[in-house]
Amino acid sequence: MDDLWPRLEPLLARVSKPARYIGLEDGMVRADLGPRTVGWLLTYPDTYEVGLPNQGLQILYEILDERPDAAAERAYAPWVDLEALMREHGLPLFSVDSHRPATAFDVLAFNLSAELVYTNVLNCIDLAGIPLRSAERAATDPLVAAGGHCTYNPEPLADFLDFVVLGDGEAVVGEITEVLAEWKASGRGPDSRPHVLRELSHIPGVYVPSMYDVVYEGADLVAVTPRYPDVPEVVEKRTIADLAAWPYPKRQLVPLTEVVHDRLNVEVFRGCTRGCRFCQAGMITRPVRERPADQVRTMVAEGVRRTGYDEVALTSLSTADYSGIEDVVRDVIAADACTQPVSVSLPSLRVDAFTVGIATELQRARRTGLTFAPEAGTWRMRRVINKLISDEDLYGAVEAAYANGWRRMKLYFLTGLPTETDEDTLGIGRLARDCVEIGRRYHRSPSVTVSVGGFVPKAFTPFQWFGQNTVGELARKIGLLRDDLRHSRGVQLKWHDPKASLVEGIASRGDRRIGAVIEEVWRRGGTFQEWSERFDVDLWLDAMAAHGLSVDWYVHRHRREDETLPWDHLSAGLHKDFLWSDWRDALDEVGLEDCRWTPCYDCGACTGYGIEHVVASTSPPAGGSQGTGQGHGRVGVVAVGLPTGLRAVGR
Amino acid sequence: MRVRLRYTKLGKVRFTSHRDVARLWERALRRAGLPVASTQGFAPRPRLHFGLALSTGHESLAEYLDVDLRDDAAGDVDLAALPAVLTPLLPPGLTVEAAGVSEAGEASLQQAVTQCTWWLDLPGSDPSWLVAEAARLLAAERLPVQRERKGRQVVDDLRPGILDLSVLGPATPVAPERGGPTGDGCIRLEAVLATQPRGIRPSELMGVFSPARPDPVHEGGRVVRARQVISAGGATREPLGLPGAATPAPHAVARAS
Repeated sequence: MDDLWPRLEPLLARVSKPARYIGLEDGMVRADLGPRTVGWLLTYPDTYEVGLPNQGLQILYEILDERPDAAAERAYAPWVDLEALMREHGLPLFSVDSHRPATAFDVLAFNLSAELVYTNVLNCIDLAGIPLRSAERAATDPLVAAGGHCTYNPEPLADFLDFVVLGDGEAVVGEITEVLAEWKASGRGPDSRPHVLRELSHIPGVYVPSMYDVVYEGADLVAVTPRYPDVPEVVEKRTIADLAAWPYPKRQLVPLTEVVHDRLNVEVFRGCTRGCRFCQAGMITRPVRERPADQVRTMVAEGVRRTGYDEVALTSLSTADYSGIEDVVRDVIAADACTQPVSVSLPSLRVDAFTVGIATELQRARRTGLTFAPEAGTWRMRRVINKLISDEDLYGAVEAAYANGWRRMKLYFLTGLPTETDEDTLGIGRLARDCVEIGRRYHRSPSVTVSVGGFVPKAFTPFQWFGQNTVGELARKIGLLRDDLRHSRGVQLKWHDPKASLVEGIASRGDRRIGAVIEEVWRRGGTFQEWSERFDVDLWLDAMAAHGLSVDWYVHRHRREDETLPWDHLSAGLHKDFLWSDWRDALDEVGLEDCRWTPCYDCGACTGYGIEHVVASTSPPAGGSQGTGQGHGRVGVVAVGLPTGLRAVGR
Repeated sequence: MRVRLRYTKLGKVRFTSHRDVARLWERALRRAGLPVASTQGFAPRPRLHFGLALSTGHESLAEYLDVDLRDDAAGDVDLAALPAVLTPLLPPGLTVEAAGVSEAGEASLQQAVTQCTWWLDLPGSDPSWLVAEAARLLAAERLPVQRERKGRQVVDDLRPGILDLSVLGPATPVAPERGGPTGDGCIRLEAVLATQPRGIRPSELMGVFSPARPDPVHEGGRVVRARQVISAGGATREPLGLPGAATPAPHAVARAS
């Protein structure tokens, strides 16, 4: 009997938050796992409340369940209390939909959104009863796969994953399903596993780590090369050209228990070309593809009716950049007038007064806090990272916010950025104090929360060559800021643990040798490392030392232009020489404009794949030139290639 | 107008918390398009009044919720149809069984209910031991227990709150089609526990057994709230009875099919 519920049920009364494990969400599908369907267990390697809202996972869940040849259910990492009971009672990782064991599925597919979950991935594979390493698995074992932003450098997990998907998953999961359906129909013979993996490596966007040899010279990685002529030398990401063709999720899951982002989410565009140099999401998801405004309206209206949510978030990497955002927002608010009040939130606010205007229109009732991300404390530093917001932009936004009745501001900053000086760090304090000062003109006790994170360089960004600041250096900078803000009334300082940034750095730019470190940390109980109460930096440092690996070599040294990066055999479309020249520009404090509204500089994301930006307007959104570099001029950069990157779509 | 709803909480959904259920109700009522009245002020909330909280993991055949409807639109609401409208908008296991009008001026559910009948399905228990223990507890003059109240340790006497105990014998299935207790391998203890002035939880009752037993759900058993009762002026009644039930149920007008 495949239903584990009767065995799980008595354990749930003894664990925290048991509603994490019961399924029953509105929108849930019980998969029909027949011999002719490929079963996918879509797994988020963190708790249910963090994983359930993940839109990527929900989109694939629906797309797969709509296919006659596929069926998908979901799993989440059980918290440590349930995991202990599961191991004690011999219960494997299970789906929350029908409480079937993971091995009832053909693919165990992970979403990788953050590096600190890597030990949870290993724990889930092990809990599923699947051999940990790809090389140890038999034909009857499920395939272990991964997708999501971290897969742009999957090398630390390469030995544990059978295949990896780069980029948008909407189309490629169907192609993978077809290959696996054939394999299943063939009876999955004892030696068939390497064959099906090789077959999968032929699908664009699918990377099969075991089909590549890694060559080292001493400590240096020198090459990652395909083992067979039919396996691609470079695996290119997948990109869907038209978001309108994929109006998912159509039936967003509505959880029974509280989760993060507990609201209706409608993605209004994918990709971002603001070109912030620290931002991996902006680099790897190019080009910009907007969803037609009518489809956004329909998805909001139907979603609100179906879910009963009274809040909808219009999601993207910078929603105020959406063409005609004002009209869409006005329509959404007007449409609810005759039924139930719906509040709209824009999770990624741009720093300007225009954005505050929209936010004010949106949050008529609950006008409490606004969040901005200037990212750096000085204009010089912001030119380096290409977040081209002037102090005046920020002050204008903050002034507009206070004037419109907002009381609390939250400002996000990074520290440990390339070329950062103490003057830049202290600039964060100056900005915060100035914002409080502006607030005093409107309120008696305005409050500004400053949140500081340690910068971790990521693959496929211009900062991928940068040597990350040490824990000591990050702690020193945070200390400077603490001292500086100690007597500043109205300013609260929060910071991210620099030790967690260090571990994130080990995993984010690591190569396959880091796999042994992840395994050792996991074997020593280091799960849920992104939870501060579970995080243990010593586990990581000990494991690095035990395997003779240098933290400095992996994390803190600046990398050379000519060295092989662990992800050089993968591609997000961006030319390496574009990234290098953008890195040099950063060091020269030269900004780069947003190519949605200026000529193409041939980063490679459009031209390489023969796709284009899909934006409904050829001019920047109203009031939205701030932060895009317009009006600041460009020095020392010559655009290469033809301006093919823009297409006006009159909708 | 205040509408009183009676519903069950059975099966998998019993692992949701009281707060979770409140949020499920808010969404279901919005989806049903009912003209629910809102609180005044900066952050208006729907005016819902929940009855006594049910511990996460426990089940119930008799949960109650009062919903204030806007006076201008309440007349359009078809009370008889409500159970059939609302149940499909709730997760499996939450089934609306009756809807009625709560009279103006009536005390809130939390104030009005005086006692609850509980079924405790105890796995692997010796029936004769249970019978003897039940008799001992009912015969006791005092049953002092340590409790924490406002951060302080206090001694409370549980005895006055234990109104009745009876061993019903081998447990029988309860609404198995909705995932309710199967009764397998359990002896059922029926306990009538007061909710006022200070309520007794089933887990506290198990704590005064000798030897003390954990909450039955922690050892694979089940706990079901079978009834909530308002006792006033010598008469007892349910906050809202089931339509067609033997006990008088003045307000009930409908039952889900």
